[in-house]
Amino acid sequence: MTASTVLDPNTRPNLPPEKPRTLDRVREKLSSKTATIAALLIAILWTLPTLGLLVSSFRTPDAVATSGWWTAFTDGGLTLDNYEAIFDPTRVYVNIGEGLLNSLAITIPGAILPLGLALLAAYAFAWIPFRGRNWIFIGIFALQIVPIQMVMVPLLRLFSSGEIFGTVVVRPLGGDSGFASIWLAHTILALPLTIFLLHNFIASLPNDLFEAARIDGAGHGQIFLRIVLPLAMPAIASIAIFQFLWVWNDLLIALVFSSSDQNPITVMLTNMVGTQGQNTFLLSAAAFISIIIPLLVFLGLQRYFVRGLLAGATKG
Amino acid sequence: MASVTFDNATRMYPGGTRAAVDKLNLEVADGEFLVLVGPSGCGKSTSLRMLAGLEEVNDGRILIGDRDVTDIPPKDRDIAMVFQNYALYPHMTVAENMGFALKIAGVSKDERAARVLEAAKLLDLEDYLTRKPKALSGGQRQRVAMGRAIVRQPQVFLMDEPLSNLDAKLRVQTRTQIASLQRRLGVTTVYVTHDQTEALTMGDRIAVLKDGLLQQVGTPRDLYERPENVFVAGFIGSPAMNLLQVGLADGGVQFGQSVVPVERETIAQTTASTATIGVRPEDIRVTEDPNAGLAVTVDLVEELGADGYLYGHADINGVRTDLVARVDGRIHPYAGETVRLEVLPNHLHVFDVESGLRLSKPVTL
Repeated sequence: MTASTVLDPNTRPNLPPEKPRTLDRVREKLSSKTATIAALLIAILWTLPTLGLLVSSFRTPDAVATSGWWTAFTDGGLTLDNYEAIFDPTRVYVNIGEGLLNSLAITIPGAILPLGLALLAAYAFAWIPFRGRNWIFIGIFALQIVPIQMVMVPLLRLFSSGEIFGTVVVRPLGGDSGFASIWLAHTILALPLTIFLLHNFIASLPNDLFEAARIDGAGHGQIFLRIVLPLAMPAIASIAIFQFLWVWNDLLIALVFSSSDQNPITVMLTNMVGTQGQNTFLLSAAAFISIIIPLLVFLGLQRYFVRGLLAGATKG
Repeated sequence: MASVTFDNATRMYPGGTRAAVDKLNLEVADGEFLVLVGPSGCGKSTSLRMLAGLEEVNDGRILIGDRDVTDIPPKDRDIAMVFQNYALYPHMTVAENMGFALKIAGVSKDERAARVLEAAKLLDLEDYLTRKPKALSGGQRQRVAMGRAIVRQPQVFLMDEPLSNLDAKLRVQTRTQIASLQRRLGVTTVYVTHDQTEALTMGDRIAVLKDGLLQQVGTPRDLYERPENVFVAGFIGSPAMNLLQVGLADGGVQFGQSVVPVERETIAQTTASTATIGVRPEDIRVTEDPNAGLAVTVDLVEELGADGYLYGHADINGVRTDLVARVDGRIHPYAGETVRLEVLPNHLHVFDVESGLRLSKPVTL
């Protein structure tokens, strides 16, 4: 199940025997009857509010305002009206379809850009010896401490006037930069953690493989493309999902960095509610529209997701 | 095909006080099978990795053929290496694993397939070409690792304990297969092992290392019959040679009540009153003469079928000394008995008691 299935052929004879045994024991304990029941309970508890939202999205504004969602099971009165309303621009003044497209336009590069850069960086930190490597790595790792809110203003200044600490260093992006500033913001904010996670995975690949590849004539580029990328696929997939969900659900960065014609679905949802909250009852229906795509991504890549999580835990 | 030369090659690990490999001078002839052997930490793997280009050479030179490869990256050295745990690429099939180096080198797809198939035939791997390494047994993986080296048709094969992950029976089988394959291909091979039996059975010549220093280089027979020092004497051969500290007598060395004759020139080389003598277990026999040889108390007799090995201890000048002797597998003394052992004449190795260097002339072959 874990990444060791990928690496097994070579590493098995050398693996310290305690490691898989501990893992087996943990796995055994976690699959006992009580553990299963507990997990099931937690799952139900966590899913219940979502179910409530789903039911509410089919109820009339009056019903939502006056009674709990569970009464819908006995009283009935479900309607598709909310779903019709959110796609009707005359009623909500926002275009949800365009929001979905904007979200995709933001999220796909917002996940691929940091992942690509982080992969290159992680490989360099793990397998290319250079002076100060460890200090730079620690520095990047430490960047995770910086809260997003603190980065907002400096980032805006960088994008709008090309300044870092008051000194102009690059040409500003300008007002018509489109999605570029959001992509860059997401990339910059995601890199520290992504580099750290990928580095841990890539550094745990067996050294022998790299030596064998070097003797076989491969340079860094070929080792990266032909050995590291395929072997790191589980980690890449799981981090890709994480990043995809993070960017998709982001509201703060989108609010700060997107202009009105680039608003993703999250911003559209808040706008839709209206300044007086007059459309609050539509929120549950719109939210369900917005989670369809992340849900599809998650279900499609779920296999890698679970495997990648475990892989990170046991370090291959 | 090419020869390999280590010219004063030295490797110091950063922070280390002692060189891992200290001024290694070694010459491997074209097509020769040279085994580097020694206890763990002796620098044998480091030497091999220096030759591979995976380890920096701090001083001295390494040559492949006439080419100085000291500062050349591994990929340009025209070598192939078999790793201890094979280091197969887990995400590639057997054929892809074997053809990887050719693919990197830009060899056309057809030629690649042909060469992979040829090597696979040689190693009996044709049926497994489409499998991934995890679907192979240990022995098959080992053969794939060999195949990956063979496909490249390199100047030199490097093998780093390629048999140590196999079970005992397979190891013996594969040992002969590798040796005969190497002779058939005629590729210069440097082979690292800690197992002296492997060294004796496979190598054209053996180089014994200890603490980063080359102890002796020679044919298996050389090393067995004429160890240059106490370390080589004790390392080569199984069970190990008996090394005893005994007194010098007129015209020989004292072995219990007997004096084993040794040439005068040999004794003349030392000023000490004692010497370290080495006797192989098979050069000791039980004697019935109560006035000859060394009285030994038998601790244990290991029966190995045709032969038996007698493990005992004796008192030599007040020092309890353990001894091993080969005895008949069926008729032999038993534990607890005291027997008298004597040394076959002309089968004695005499070493300086201080330096451990050989004093005696070679045993007549």
